[in-house]
Amino acid sequence: MVYARLILMRLFKAVIVLFLIVIFNFLLIQLAPGDPAAILAGEAGAADQEFLNQLRERFGLDQPMYVQLWRYISGIAMLDFGYSYRLGVPVFDLIMDRLPATLLLTGTAFVLSLVLGIVAGSMAAARVKKPSGSLIMALALVFYATPLFWVALMSVMVFSVYLGWLPAYGLYTVGAGHTGFALVLDVVKHLVLPATTLALFFMAIYTRMTRTSMLDAAQQDYVKTARAKGLKPSIIQRRHVLRNALLPIITLAGLQAGQMVGGAILTETVFAWPGIGRLMFEALQQRDYNLLLGIFFFSAALVIVFNIITDLVYSLADPRIKKGAA
Amino acid sequence: MSFFARFAQNRGALVGLIILLLIIAMAILAPLLFPESPWRMVQRPFLPPLSQDGFPLGTDTMGRNVASGLMHGAWVSLLIGLVSTSVALLIGVPLGAIAGYYGGIIDDVLMRFTEFFQTIPNFALAIVLVAIMQPSITSIVLAIAIVSWPPVARLVRAEFMSLRNREYVEAARLVGQSNTTIILRQILPNTLSPIIVLASLMVATAILLESALSFLGLGDPNVMSWGYMIGAARTVIRQAWWLSFFPGVAILLTVLALNLVGEGLDDALNPKLSRER
Repeated sequence: MVYARLILMRLFKAVIVLFLIVIFNFLLIQLAPGDPAAILAGEAGAADQEFLNQLRERFGLDQPMYVQLWRYISGIAMLDFGYSYRLGVPVFDLIMDRLPATLLLTGTAFVLSLVLGIVAGSMAAARVKKPSGSLIMALALVFYATPLFWVALMSVMVFSVYLGWLPAYGLYTVGAGHTGFALVLDVVKHLVLPATTLALFFMAIYTRMTRTSMLDAAQQDYVKTARAKGLKPSIIQRRHVLRNALLPIITLAGLQAGQMVGGAILTETVFAWPGIGRLMFEALQQRDYNLLLGIFFFSAALVIVFNIITDLVYSLADPRIKKGAA
Repeated sequence: MSFFARFAQNRGALVGLIILLLIIAMAILAPLLFPESPWRMVQRPFLPPLSQDGFPLGTDTMGRNVASGLMHGAWVSLLIGLVSTSVALLIGVPLGAIAGYYGGIIDDVLMRFTEFFQTIPNFALAIVLVAIMQPSITSIVLAIAIVSWPPVARLVRAEFMSLRNREYVEAARLVGQSNTTIILRQILPNTLSPIIVLASLMVATAILLESALSFLGLGDPNVMSWGYMIGAARTVIRQAWWLSFFPGVAILLTVLALNLVGEGLDDALNPKLSRER
């Protein structure tokens, strides 16, 4: 019951946010430079008035503003994001085509960064004031400060060009005709570099957060009690400190979802990973505004879905939340 | 202990400050050491580093001097980082102050507004904004400011909420000071420390954002920036590693230095809350 209410509340909020983004998107389309029909015609090489009008009519650009807004909103409500002006393909189809690759990349990077970050953070917390602990924190700070796209490029240079260990581009080897397990292995090989470079930045954040959170939790009374009753330090650290320290990390992980999407745009661009991030880069280069805004809407929707999931995980992990929600 | 003594106790912060001063020096010396535009093609392309006098870092795909680009880029990065952070403060501080001071419905409305901006993926929004407004220093600064003000508003709001019922504020109210005076002269000065710390970290994030935007080809086409240099060299990484290596190191060092300085400022301004235990 409680969960149903929580989910309903969050969904209601999500719908409002998405609605606002749709309106925001529509305003941005109006601000976009030039008449899309003229851009299209110029691209096609024919600029006579007749053709322009035809294009305007086809894309509904001849209607008054409020009609266009209504069309836009009702279109999106039915998952119709319009056409990519440049490719002549529905934006929704393009995005759906690319979504799985992005989910694979961001999902892998998310799990990787969370696991490694929590491990590194706990190690640093257990080694406060020791050189090894400071080293972990220094590394975390360096990863935090390194531009993602640069790490991506450098790892291509070292691991693909110089060492030749891993493929640098794409989702799988084109033309190799792998199937079954060989295909999975091939995709995993292609995934290693993009997922690792995307994970580094977030790993740095989780490392710092875990350390702070664990040091905080170690000050609590229940830890003193556990120590007083003579539990082994390693058990206290695992059962009492880490478990309680994880809660703020779950919250933080939810907040990082938006950053993850942004990171994916850069990583996918460098590794030619066929996800929506790469699609956004292509839309950008071709000034395909409708496609660009469609992807923008979708990335926001992704973040919201992810936030709802983290909220649920959080309420499962911390039963006290139920009282707050009821 | 004096402010600087407390700052200098954090050795990392001192290192950060030195790196930062060097980068500022780079920005200032750029027009003196390389008076020519960094866009000018001055030598044959793909000259490796240290292979020719006057081109310590080599030349790029178009025969432009990498060292010159790097130094001129320092100026652009620092400028965009500082200005966009100031604009973000101009949006976030008043919103947070009003929300925290008045509370109630005003607070609710302003916080929903802030949450909305926090939900939207930062970088995707910045990309869309710059693409629609057309890339220029102004649009980049605006876009970065628009995506980075929410944490400021939240911080200032929290500070105002904890300070608004303090005795000195009550006293000011009794004396008959107006709300505006109380906000600006009584409470705001007491929230400056955390704002300064946050701002120094925001400059770092802004520099990262700017470099990522220019990397994707959304930089101002009239200024040489580190992100643009890396983006332009992306496709020739196999032939010319140095084109993307040096600008990346420059971004890394700048962002690292700002973060270290931020931590030092935190130690110096909030001595009670020292992070090392």
